[in-house]
Amino acid sequence: MFPTPENWNTLSLKEKQASRLKAWAEAPVPFATPEAAQGYKQRTQMLIDVVHLSKPVRVPVIPWWGVFPMHYAGVTVEEAMYDYEKLGNVFRKFNADFLPDGLVSCGLVGPGKVFDILGVKNYRWPGRGVPADTSYQCVEGEFMAAEDYDALMRDPSGYFQRTYLPRVLGGLEGWNMLGPWTDVVELPFVGLALIPTGLPPVQQAFKTLLEAGQAIFEWLNAMGPIEGASVAGLGLPSTIGGFTKAPFDILGDTLRGTRGIMHDMYRQPNKLLAAMERLVPVAIDQGVRGATGGNNPFVFIPLHKGADGFMSDKDFKKFYWPTLKAVLLGLIEAGTVPYLFVEGGYNQRLDVITDPDIPAGHTVWMFDKTDMQEVKKKLGGWATFGGNVPVSLFKTGTAQEVTDYVKKLIDEVAGDGGFILANGAVLDDAIAENVHAMIDTAKQYGVY
Amino acid sequence: MSQGLIDAITEMNEEAALKITRQLLDSGSDPLGILDDCRQAMEIVGKRFESGECFIPELIYAGEILSQISVLVKPHVKQEEGGKKAGKVVIGTVQGDIHDIAKDIVAFMLDVNGFEVINLGVDVPPAKFVEAVTRTGAKIVGLSGFLTLAFDPMKQTVAAFKAAGMDDVKIMIGGGPVDENVRQYTGADAWGQDAMAAVALAKQWTGG
Repeated sequence: MFPTPENWNTLSLKEKQASRLKAWAEAPVPFATPEAAQGYKQRTQMLIDVVHLSKPVRVPVIPWWGVFPMHYAGVTVEEAMYDYEKLGNVFRKFNADFLPDGLVSCGLVGPGKVFDILGVKNYRWPGRGVPADTSYQCVEGEFMAAEDYDALMRDPSGYFQRTYLPRVLGGLEGWNMLGPWTDVVELPFVGLALIPTGLPPVQQAFKTLLEAGQAIFEWLNAMGPIEGASVAGLGLPSTIGGFTKAPFDILGDTLRGTRGIMHDMYRQPNKLLAAMERLVPVAIDQGVRGATGGNNPFVFIPLHKGADGFMSDKDFKKFYWPTLKAVLLGLIEAGTVPYLFVEGGYNQRLDVITDPDIPAGHTVWMFDKTDMQEVKKKLGGWATFGGNVPVSLFKTGTAQEVTDYVKKLIDEVAGDGGFILANGAVLDDAIAENVHAMIDTAKQYGVY
Repeated sequence: MSQGLIDAITEMNEEAALKITRQLLDSGSDPLGILDDCRQAMEIVGKRFESGECFIPELIYAGEILSQISVLVKPHVKQEEGGKKAGKVVIGTVQGDIHDIAKDIVAFMLDVNGFEVINLGVDVPPAKFVEAVTRTGAKIVGLSGFLTLAFDPMKQTVAAFKAAGMDDVKIMIGGGPVDENVRQYTGADAWGQDAMAAVALAKQWTGG
């Protein structure tokens, strides 16, 4: 937990950010060895340096990992999701073997048992609709109906509880009979307002939730020592504190779906715009809470449906950017550091995202298929940037090709600092030597 | 031909497009003529997509308008008239991958450009691709995949065609992480960055 200083409200943006970065770097970790303590210090300092847009001792390398750790260990993703002993073996070994500059967290693998208990319908995961050795995948669908915008805007939490979650989590279907908690005012109405809680399907839904809660703690208790082994044992800092999304993606990914939100852009643009506005404080709160709870200032934001080709520049400026920008400003205001995972190409968006309202030295942008020379030209001196090593190269290329690519990238864009080396998109299937090649090149060739 | 209908579709005016369609049907216009207007309108939208004036929302929404017009017009069409097609293309997302948006856009663009598209959906095993080609006589196959984990299923699908002795079938691949490295790895004949590339390849392979 981030210990919020008493004078928090009097601090400037830079001071707030510095306060969070310092608390993260100086977290009371029971390091196993002096080397681990030293490694942790060096790694956190490199990240602090790049956030400050200066040169660290060397280029930090923080790859994006999908299900590659399981492939590397020869364990299916399904096994790792359901057998936490195997999960631990996979991640302890993976972190030790690869030693990147950020913890490779086992948290994103997710607890299969919990998903089973809840009856998740809007995703398929290994062994449950997709092959055991692949990654989870989203089911395209309109889980929020086109006419639900007013209900969502009136009360996002209530909408999630009584409409959305009963649709996507089969085990909580009974919640669609619940009334709003805000009915519980004045003593005589307490009983009346809570009548639905006695209905058998509602009772069943709560029992299911309690069961899921227990399963979540089994998972959490298993994860603690796994992560601890890498953080305290190897000195790898966690580089993701909070998580949030662009309001357009919140609605477009799992609520309205890709087709649904694109229909809304024409049929009910004003409702869509208003709903995204309504979700801005919700998205900020989610990110800040994660960063505060985890005592880690970095808020991970994957960007999906605003990439080049997904919509026109005009629509990007109208539908995607304004509320994403508002979320970024809210996160920066809270002293956190938005860490954006810019999937696909963003060549046409660079002029828009380098918005003068966003202060320099407060955001991290990790790119995929965007021209990195242009990125350096436009983001250099304003924001931290990186990424771009093509995921295809890790599977189909040689270690030498990866090394050559990384050297060229470092030569071309990393010279002034403020740069983080990473693969462009999530790594599921790869040749281990090629992954080592990227990490080793950062460590040897990336020295400033 | 109703220029009004074509304009309504290309301007993404759903209400007007449906109103004009109803008026045309009520006044006894040839339903096949209405469908031809739709085809022309989609060709315009497709061209704008190719030239970067239109994007995915426009394509998806125009497709939605079109499907609503079809619902209105279909009962008036006595017999499906098979128009002249540029060629057949079998398309699908490979085994283990359930992403369909980009694959459906490619299918749509091929359709607009006169190809008969046999869309096998998502999570398609190699044998099903081979079976579809055998059944339809298509000479072009499009394999889609969004995950790096799709590379091996793509490779297996290409191998399945080779094993079946179907060397005359041209295979193109596409999707998020696909590039020339992946093309070489899978043994596919070509790869494409986007739906326009798929159309260009299909045209090239059919001599169009």
